[in-house]
Amino acid sequence: MLAMDYRGPKRVRASQKPMPEIKHPQDAIVRVTRTCICGSDLHLYNGNVPDTRVGTTFGHEFTGVVVEVGPDVTKVKVGDHVIVPFNVACGECHFCKQGLFGNCHESNTEASAVGGIFGYSHTAGGFNGGQAEYARVPYANVGPTVIPEGMDPDDAVLLTDVVPTGYQAAEMAGIQPGDTVVVFGAGPVGIMAARCCWLFGAGRVIIIDKEDYRLEFAKNYANCEAYNFEKDMDDPVVFIKKITDFMGADCVIDAVGAEAAGNAAQTITGRKLLLQAGSATALHWAINSVKKGGVVSIVGVYGPTDNLVPIGNVLNKGLTIRANQASVKRLLPRLIDHIQNGIINPKALITHRIPLEDVADGYRMFSAKLDNCIKPILISPSANL
Amino acid sequence: MENTVLDPQKLPGWGIDANPENDPTYPMREPRLNITQDPESKTHRPTQQPIDIELLKSIERPTVSAVFGEAAPPSGLSGMIRRFAFKYSESHYGHWLPLLLADRVNVVEGVLGDLVHGKVPNIFAEKGYKMEWKYNRGPFVLKMATIAAVTTGAVLLLTSKDKDKDKLKDRQKSRGGRRSYFPYE
Repeated sequence: MLAMDYRGPKRVRASQKPMPEIKHPQDAIVRVTRTCICGSDLHLYNGNVPDTRVGTTFGHEFTGVVVEVGPDVTKVKVGDHVIVPFNVACGECHFCKQGLFGNCHESNTEASAVGGIFGYSHTAGGFNGGQAEYARVPYANVGPTVIPEGMDPDDAVLLTDVVPTGYQAAEMAGIQPGDTVVVFGAGPVGIMAARCCWLFGAGRVIIIDKEDYRLEFAKNYANCEAYNFEKDMDDPVVFIKKITDFMGADCVIDAVGAEAAGNAAQTITGRKLLLQAGSATALHWAINSVKKGGVVSIVGVYGPTDNLVPIGNVLNKGLTIRANQASVKRLLPRLIDHIQNGIINPKALITHRIPLEDVADGYRMFSAKLDNCIKPILISPSANL
Repeated sequence: MENTVLDPQKLPGWGIDANPENDPTYPMREPRLNITQDPESKTHRPTQQPIDIELLKSIERPTVSAVFGEAAPPSGLSGMIRRFAFKYSESHYGHWLPLLLADRVNVVEGVLGDLVHGKVPNIFAEKGYKMEWKYNRGPFVLKMATIAAVTTGAVLLLTSKDKDKDKLKDRQKSRGGRRSYFPYE
């Protein structure tokens, strides 16, 4: 089968690989119908996540048709078209029982801090991902959810990560009616987070980025204020203070993570020299621009080592910090309702459709933000959809 | 940037999920279990996937997880470095820095593996430069020209030093030995 094949930092290709096999009684094999490149895939693509081995297939956002199931699979059957949450979750461990499906304890041998994630390095379990014609899906009784009849497959594939992560970012921010929320990062997750802030009754939503085309899109899609930190301000923290009566925002969402721009010292130490687990510029700004007693919600992904952040200000300002990988399974029922009721429209985020054979071009386009790319999806030759 | 925002209360779904009791929110809002309330978690585990490949296990875990990925088992020099890394916990630089080193060694192994199998990696295609050429030609050409100029300059500098050394050796030979700067040497 054809699959994305990581060869080293900024080098990927489509290669022929063996078909995945059932390895566990609760496994399923799916024929991938849609798969995306995620902003967090760029951390792998850039070589920033330790234990990213040559030859692995990325891709944690995918939908597929079940073609084979293990003997213990009862919740899905051959022929079902399913949403595959990006978390590999057993549904039985101490953490899954509490709805912490992003923190499963029985899906990652190689690290204890993170649960298993499809196609996200051996630090996240060593699973091959969905940027392929076929994929192995463990715990098929838990994660995969049948796509409701009539749902557009483009909406469905964004339910695997982008929509739940954006929604959970807003949820974790603890938004109270009328709150001012600042979102750092106008990538797909940041834009979705900005849209979802309104569902929690926000009074004002502000999104900050450096790409004008993304800010224009965010402004129209999420009906938020949008500002370019390179053009509209000298210092994002002072700017936010000024537009909030020098109090700071009630809640701030970091939807950027390790690839943040805007601070040379962070960029050099975090992204170039790898002395930090990525550049923590957005998190730095979030902590400093939220009001005293406010909430910082982190969904931007950082590596597992260390980052330079102003933790003293967290103490002095009495901040609450909430962060997690999205618990996709927990959120799916509510988010499916929101899509079916026309409240959110995920597929509008998709700007590019790229054949899986051209996966290297897709990564370059997304990574370098070429051709006004916001969200690229890869179409495998076997998608038939 | 111009900003004209509509009345958010007229947006579809405004406040639909608002909940005054959403504090503390997820992940703290859900009823939290401790191990005493969940004794089963000590004994009950999902069925174990057969362990038929080499796995590197975090020393912060008691067992191999019930399922695991098999994307790329450790091998070669990078595999040796990874095995070393897994002697340390995830809170230790001795774990992560060797893994980053192993990743870079693995890249060289990948190129050598391609060559051994008769495949010359198409770096231009693998880096997706076609997209840069199509959508970002000016800066891309400038970047490539800069890399070429710096590389050429470095090569010339290094080779000219070699030539200077050769000339010096030739001069020394023609004078019958090393030139001394010290009159009494």
